[in-house]
Amino acid sequence: MFEPQIISMIGWGFLETLYMTLVSTFVAYILGLPLGIALVVTDKDGIYPKKYFNMVLGVIINLLRSVPFLILLILVFPITRFVVGTTIGSNATVVPLVIAAAPFIARLVESSLKEVDSGVIEAAESMGASPAQIIWKVMLPEARPSLILGSAIAVTTILSYSAMAGIVAGGGLGDIAIRYGLHRYETDIMIVSVAILVIIVQVLQEIGMRLAKIGDKRK
Amino acid sequence: MKNPIIEIKNLSKTFKSTNGEFQALDNINLEILEGEIFGIIGMSGAGKSTLVRCINFLEKPTQGTVFFDGNDLSRLTKKELYKIRQSMGMIFQQFNLLMQRDVIGNICFPLEIAGVDKKSARKRAHELLELVGISEKADSYPAQLSGGQCQRVAIARALATNPKVLLCDEATSALDPATTQGVLTLLKDINKRLGITIVVITHEMRVIQDICNRVAIIDHSRIAEVGDVEQIFSNPKTAAAKRLVFPQDQSIRHFSGTRCIRIVFDGNSSFEPVIAGMVLDFRQPVNILFADTKNIDGKAFGQLVIQLPQDDDIANGMIEYLRAKNLMVEEVEGYV
Repeated sequence: MFEPQIISMIGWGFLETLYMTLVSTFVAYILGLPLGIALVVTDKDGIYPKKYFNMVLGVIINLLRSVPFLILLILVFPITRFVVGTTIGSNATVVPLVIAAAPFIARLVESSLKEVDSGVIEAAESMGASPAQIIWKVMLPEARPSLILGSAIAVTTILSYSAMAGIVAGGGLGDIAIRYGLHRYETDIMIVSVAILVIIVQVLQEIGMRLAKIGDKRK
Repeated sequence: MKNPIIEIKNLSKTFKSTNGEFQALDNINLEILEGEIFGIIGMSGAGKSTLVRCINFLEKPTQGTVFFDGNDLSRLTKKELYKIRQSMGMIFQQFNLLMQRDVIGNICFPLEIAGVDKKSARKRAHELLELVGISEKADSYPAQLSGGQCQRVAIARALATNPKVLLCDEATSALDPATTQGVLTLLKDINKRLGITIVVITHEMRVIQDICNRVAIIDHSRIAEVGDVEQIFSNPKTAAAKRLVFPQDQSIRHFSGTRCIRIVFDGNSSFEPVIAGMVLDFRQPVNILFADTKNIDGKAFGQLVIQLPQDDDIANGMIEYLRAKNLMVEEVEGYV
């Protein structure tokens, strides 16, 4: 039905989308995980309360989270150009994706860690555990199932953001869908691209849920 | 004379919230001796949970301090405090086990914190599991255990670092009576075998009665009374102590009468239902405050203290009624 070059273009788009999504998720976790931990730990009921640090961090994260992704994408062009050297293509899209996803992930991590029973943390404190030991040996392992579920949410959200980057020639399936569907009215190519996006979301979400279940010893 | 291992000195704790201040503990002074089982009992909200958390400085006192084994906890650095907490085990009402670790992993946890190598930690964990009597559960996860088993794991975990003191915060309050008995017996046994000092926080008098040597009664953020358990049981001096030893006093408040009488049975026929007959005759309830009667060969011996209805005519009538039955009746004052 499609010409071979169209098929290979969609194939590339698929790989680019996966590449952008996974790399951005990974880098965003490197930033977002410590931020999320910091939010919980320095909270007034946390194990190492730091009122003003927590407030400032919260405000910064909210600020970044409140900028719509499309606008953020364009706002950070200077940073993108500085880091990658260009503002188009999948490499360039990773930069705004990370900037948008890290604060989102910080909030996801925060809510997962807050689910950890405060009694268990108190028990660890009563045994003389330091805050670092409580983070590594209690909070993260106890919150593991919830953290994995959160990462499934993060990865699928980043995937849909990556498709938005198609507006500015960001590469990937979203780019193809916008170029062919929106600009050229070639709806069939758009539908195929979107269908592949839907399948990727389904698969990633399913993997996340299964991993979370396997690791959970509460049942 | 044994040495005190925990000394609580002039300790006060105030919590600040948006609705103002709340004083949870008010000038507490206590000495807990080496090797004893010391109970701290009080109604909920009396401040006992805050007090036990002050003993290991999970809560920092607003004023005063705690000496543990000669160390002034308020003068320790954070690191020294972490270290010293390893010689104070603690167990909780909700067990607070790590849900994602198996039983052995849970018992190894404090040893990991203390920097013990993995192999010796596991060996010690298995020993402790045997001590608390659930060796067969080594590889189970807390979610697969019953409440009593969970508390046994928690006890093993608390003992892992060979602490000198075991703090128990309502450790049996989430358990049914039979399981409670098992856990209490275990605590008593640990106290005897290991010589570990145990501090028991509870609102249940029977826990104190079962295992404690001495008890402090905490009421409205203050220590109302401290003493040997038998002494407080037989002769509670303060209102707070009386409320705990005679919990039935609470229902008396709803009964409006103020006059009490003591009836002495001295070999009267126990086939005759005197009190029931009186209540039926007068169509007025009385409140039995104390009863200690025995039936020997169909004769009643012993005494009974009852509270009469408020109406003086009825009360006097009842006294006449009982005297007419040849019973010794005297009014007692200050019983309620």
